Amino acid sequence: MKQQSAPGGFRRLRGLIRKEFYQIVRDPSAIAIAFLMPVGLLILFGYGVSLDAKHVPIAIVVETPDAATADLTRSFERTEYFEPVRMADMSAAVDALTYHRVDAIVHLRGNFARRLHEEKGAPIGVVINGVDANTARLISGYMEGVWLNWLGDRARSEGTQLLTPVDLRQRIWFNAEVRSRNFLVPGLIAVIMTLIGALLTAMVMAREWERGTMEALLVTPATMGEIILGKLIPYFILGMGGMALSVAMALWVFDVPLRGSLWMLTGTSALFLLAALGMGLLISIVAKNQFIAGQIAIVVTFLPAFLLSGFLFDIGSMPVVVQYITHIVAARYFVAILQSVFLAGDIGSVILPNAAALVLLAAVFLGLSRKKARKRLE
Amino acid sequence: MGREAPPENGNNGRADGAAAISFKRVRKTFPRGEGRIEALKGISIEIRKGRVTGLVGPDGAGKTTLMRLSVCLLEPDEGALTVMGMDAAEDPLAIQSAVRYMPQQFGLYEDLSVQENLDLYADLQGVLPADRKERYAELTRMTRLGEFTDRLAGRLSGGMKQKLGLACTLVRPPELLILDEPTVGVDPVSRRELWNIVSRLVEEEGMSVLLSTAYLDEAEKCDEVILLHEGEVLGQGPPGDFTREQKGRAYWVKPPAEKKRDIQWRLSRRDGVVDAVIQGDGVRVVMGHDDGPDKEDLLPEENDLDFEPVDARFEDSYVALLQSRQEANAKDMAAEATPGKDDGAGRKTGESPGDSPGDSPIDVENVRRRFGDFYAVKDVSFSVGHGEVFGLLGANGAGKTTTFRMLCGLLPASGGKLRVAGLDLRRAAAKARARIGYMSQKFSLYGNLSVVENLNFFSSAYNLKGKRRQDRIEWALEGFDLKDRADAASGLLPLGYKQRLALACALMHEPEILFLDEPTSGVDPMARREFWDVINALSGSGVTVLVTTHFMEEAEYCDRLAIMAAGEILALGAPAEIKARAGKSEDEPAASMEEAFIALIESSSAARD
Amino acid sequence: MLHRIIALTIKEILSLLKDKKSRFTIVVPPIVQLLVFGYAATYDLNDVPFAVYDEDRSVASRDLAAGFTGSPHFTLTHRITHQAEIADLIDRKAVLLAIHIGPDFSRDLLTGGGAQLQVIVDGRNSNTAMIALNYVREIVNRFNQAWLVKTGGREPPARLNIRAWYNANLESRWYIVPGIAGLLTLVVAMLVTALSVAREREQGTFDQLLVTPLRPVEILVGKALPGFMIGMAEATLIILIAVFWFEVPLRGSLAALYIGLFLFLMSGIGVGLMISSLSVTQQQGLLGAFLFLVPAVILSGFTTPIANMPAIVQKLTLLNPMRYFMVVLRGVFLEKAPWSLMISQYWPMALIGLATLTAAAWLFRHRIN
Repeated sequence: MKQQSAPGGFRRLRGLIRKEFYQIVRDPSAIAIAFLMPVGLLILFGYGVSLDAKHVPIAIVVETPDAATADLTRSFERTEYFEPVRMADMSAAVDALTYHRVDAIVHLRGNFARRLHEEKGAPIGVVINGVDANTARLISGYMEGVWLNWLGDRARSEGTQLLTPVDLRQRIWFNAEVRSRNFLVPGLIAVIMTLIGALLTAMVMAREWERGTMEALLVTPATMGEIILGKLIPYFILGMGGMALSVAMALWVFDVPLRGSLWMLTGTSALFLLAALGMGLLISIVAKNQFIAGQIAIVVTFLPAFLLSGFLFDIGSMPVVVQYITHIVAARYFVAILQSVFLAGDIGSVILPNAAALVLLAAVFLGLSRKKARKRLE
Repeated sequence: MGREAPPENGNNGRADGAAAISFKRVRKTFPRGEGRIEALKGISIEIRKGRVTGLVGPDGAGKTTLMRLSVCLLEPDEGALTVMGMDAAEDPLAIQSAVRYMPQQFGLYEDLSVQENLDLYADLQGVLPADRKERYAELTRMTRLGEFTDRLAGRLSGGMKQKLGLACTLVRPPELLILDEPTVGVDPVSRRELWNIVSRLVEEEGMSVLLSTAYLDEAEKCDEVILLHEGEVLGQGPPGDFTREQKGRAYWVKPPAEKKRDIQWRLSRRDGVVDAVIQGDGVRVVMGHDDGPDKEDLLPEENDLDFEPVDARFEDSYVALLQSRQEANAKDMAAEATPGKDDGAGRKTGESPGDSPGDSPIDVENVRRRFGDFYAVKDVSFSVGHGEVFGLLGANGAGKTTTFRMLCGLLPASGGKLRVAGLDLRRAAAKARARIGYMSQKFSLYGNLSVVENLNFFSSAYNLKGKRRQDRIEWALEGFDLKDRADAASGLLPLGYKQRLALACALMHEPEILFLDEPTSGVDPMARREFWDVINALSGSGVTVLVTTHFMEEAEYCDRLAIMAAGEILALGAPAEIKARAGKSEDEPAASMEEAFIALIESSSAARD
Repeated sequence: MLHRIIALTIKEILSLLKDKKSRFTIVVPPIVQLLVFGYAATYDLNDVPFAVYDEDRSVASRDLAAGFTGSPHFTLTHRITHQAEIADLIDRKAVLLAIHIGPDFSRDLLTGGGAQLQVIVDGRNSNTAMIALNYVREIVNRFNQAWLVKTGGREPPARLNIRAWYNANLESRWYIVPGIAGLLTLVVAMLVTALSVAREREQGTFDQLLVTPLRPVEILVGKALPGFMIGMAEATLIILIAVFWFEVPLRGSLAALYIGLFLFLMSGIGVGLMISSLSVTQQQGLLGAFLFLVPAVILSGFTTPIANMPAIVQKLTLLNPMRYFMVVLRGVFLEKAPWSLMISQYWPMALIGLATLTAAAWLFRHRIN
């Protein structure tokens, strides 16, 4: 290292970067990864991933149709959450539920109208397919909504008021209309950029080893630090381009609000990208051959970023051990930052610790890369 | 602060003959399986400044290891090593900035243009922008790459790639240049050019050069030669010193053309004969003693042949030195590899091909192959007779490999007719492929599988079963001397052994027709001899062999050959016919196949311009 | 033919598993990931931090707050005394939600209802927010019922009687863990196949294969079998872990599960081999694997229901073998689904498998280089 001379080092670095850029331009696959992939994936997932269940198909079985049941059925038909189908009897409805034609059954027994006036009230039987617990819970929430509305309407038509001792007033901050896209799109950006960062760099060092170009580089006066930086900088620029494209799509295609500042977004994205690229580089350096680098990249990037980043599943609700594991997933910090910057604003107390974690991760990955990549062949 | 720029040529410190590289009891081991193998067994050498030093030796001798140690890509286990007066352990970066090293497969970026590759290495070597123009001009003049500066390196021919590699290595003139087999896989024209460049560098710029080579005629051009064998130095000195010992032992016999190979085969098997190779129209024999050849004893049936004494050459002493080391299983290999052939005699010469093309094992008519708007092969026609050894010669990129791939059914032809054993292999049933054996240019067996596992796999792939399969595997292990390495991962074998294994795999099923694409490229001379012995023996037992090669002396082993350039056949015929055609006049044929080749290529490219 | 295929399979398995790093990558991460993801991937919320701003400080308000503190879903982390603190706590994610009980709470409650409870939720992850609000609603409903009973008020004329079939306690783990089994099986199939032909092409061994008498079908079977064997073995291990470690009930027949697994592996391996034979370099193979794997996972109904997707995306999912396998997995594990439902999942997977395998075999020899 003592040989380092700044101008020489700078010229070498510039040469390496220029080389990498030529290679990127010549092989369109890197450009495709950086620009086409985020666009394609964001469109696909932005539209494809949604937790807002609407028009849920349900079966309604009314044993004895009359005015009271018609009233209730209409309530189900009026809401956009349900797509009710009337069925003649329970066995047909159960059949429909078994074959996934409907997700729930509303069952009004023959004595429904009569029992409305009894002390304990009339039961509305509801069966939900509980396999998808999340959707099932949403459906049951919608059911309650329909039920409460119906009760209120009924009370009003009778000239009384529905007696609810405690009236729940809920306010959802940052995302008042509860558009799941508003939080999914920023999360998806984090997942997609993890993939892109790793894909861009996971193969590049391994490729140099395989093609024999590394041996030629190693005997030049270029230091390992320069070789690594020479890889990092071009892909960083490319990754930032992909990032900018993703953000633009989030804002103008998916109408996600940006309440924080653009510079905060840019700065934190840069940090995240460093960590993601660093991980790819490390994979590439450790594996030394493209086959294994590819296998490792598949295993350690996508699924952890998808499942452990807090993008879909709340990290706080995971068992403590698993929570510890999520700390090595860079996407976790970026998801938190992105959701805040997009939906809430530049909230220092959220961004600072997460940004610090990203800095630490980037430093660890890049430091390890530097350490593992020796200027020797063994 | 170390040296940013090495002292330029003005300083004449080299004249004192101080060592450019000095090894003192250097030992280097590598892990292999459970233990470690010794690549260099504590060697001590001095390589002098201002000279060309050649490093020769069989595969696995430790040549590359020695070079990598010299540029600090490896660290020695024991011993001291200084390069240009600097200690390798203390100052690797200083050494790397004073020394240039061109690895065996130089790391050109194939997706960068010639100019961009030069720029990259100029940046890496710290050549100031102001100095570049002049340097580039010099380098491109030297390598004659001037008109190709915008071409992508991947689109250059093998020879041009090597020259570009050398140019990149030389963007800043070093004090010491280390080249690992710079001429492997390079055609004779480019080889000659590379050598001209190297000698100019030494003479005009006073550079010190260390290079390894598998071509012993190149070793002869060096000022000094180091012969390595299994990690030990067998000898060091000017090539003349080596040859002196062999003086008066070399002879030349000229049998009738059709008996050439037969005579060579028999001679090589006689006691007292160290070496017998085909050279030009005759056979060159090297005796193991100074008593001169005893005709009666060597060739009892051919009394009319004369043994004409010739000058000794470096190759003679190389073979002599190594043969005393290696128990010569070379001779046995060929015999064992072709069972049912106890003596080399009785080789059936192919019936004159071309008379009835339908019957020829290989028949090519007006075949073309286009890639985009570029014709890799244009209107090539030839046919090969039964038991014939047919050679395809040509510079890199001449279309040999493409022709091969079409014949094997790996690539569809864009036009024309191809017949192998009377069939178009691209359309024929899979069974037909059992009749051919194929050995591709680069090692293409499963590198992470062991020798036995590769043999197991290929024997089954070729439909061998039960006892016959066992026998053939046993045959391959015995015949090709692979028994000791049966469990080694094949990717880690020395090159010569890899080639043996590849040939064994291609021969598992005793094919009628054998395709060999540059089988001896980069293989050391001893292994090359073994190889050709096997090919000879095979063709003797009726196998048709189609082979490509860069070694012009090997072309003499072929019954007939075709010289290709830019996708076309320039000349077709027996070696003597081709030499006659390439000669300056009717009565004055080209002196060697190499000269014939160069003459043909140059006249064809002149015609094209 | 058989012995050739066996030889090829042995060779494939050896070249996959001989390398230490490669062996590790194929075997260890899927198992570790099942354990980690099995715990991680749940929509259920536990110990969600919340703040209480109780201006009323009455018995009733403390009763209501007790409903929250007593729930396993919530953990009280902050008692606050100023409105302004709410914004601060939520902004910096100290709490997910704050409940605000106004000063008039008990008075309104006693005078006949309409007492207001304000809940402020962090909507940055709106799904988490909605789930939390569902819990809140349950707690408030329970309080209301209890209050009505205590004060002798009349109950509403009709009440909902909700039962969830197949997963009575609505545990998302039961839903996610079988899904992960499918996911990891697909990842393993891709690991084994997606680079295999590309690697042989790069190293030149594929030419060597093509000049042997091996037929494309045999090469195909030889390349596919190791994927089947490794995939089946790992899937079995994963299923065992799901049943015995995560205690997901396995209600349907194993035969139905394994037929589905076989067909799913066939389609996954088919896609992997097709990608592999299309690519010239391993890098392209890797890219292809990702480009298939990522959408296949997200558009499979694994975490987000297909029914929520726009119609055109729903159509697209018909090409995704994983979509069918998800139904098979959940059908067998939880629903004990009827055969006819299974069969309508089987045949599309078989079709995808056959199509991709055929394409792969054709590409072996016909890929234009």
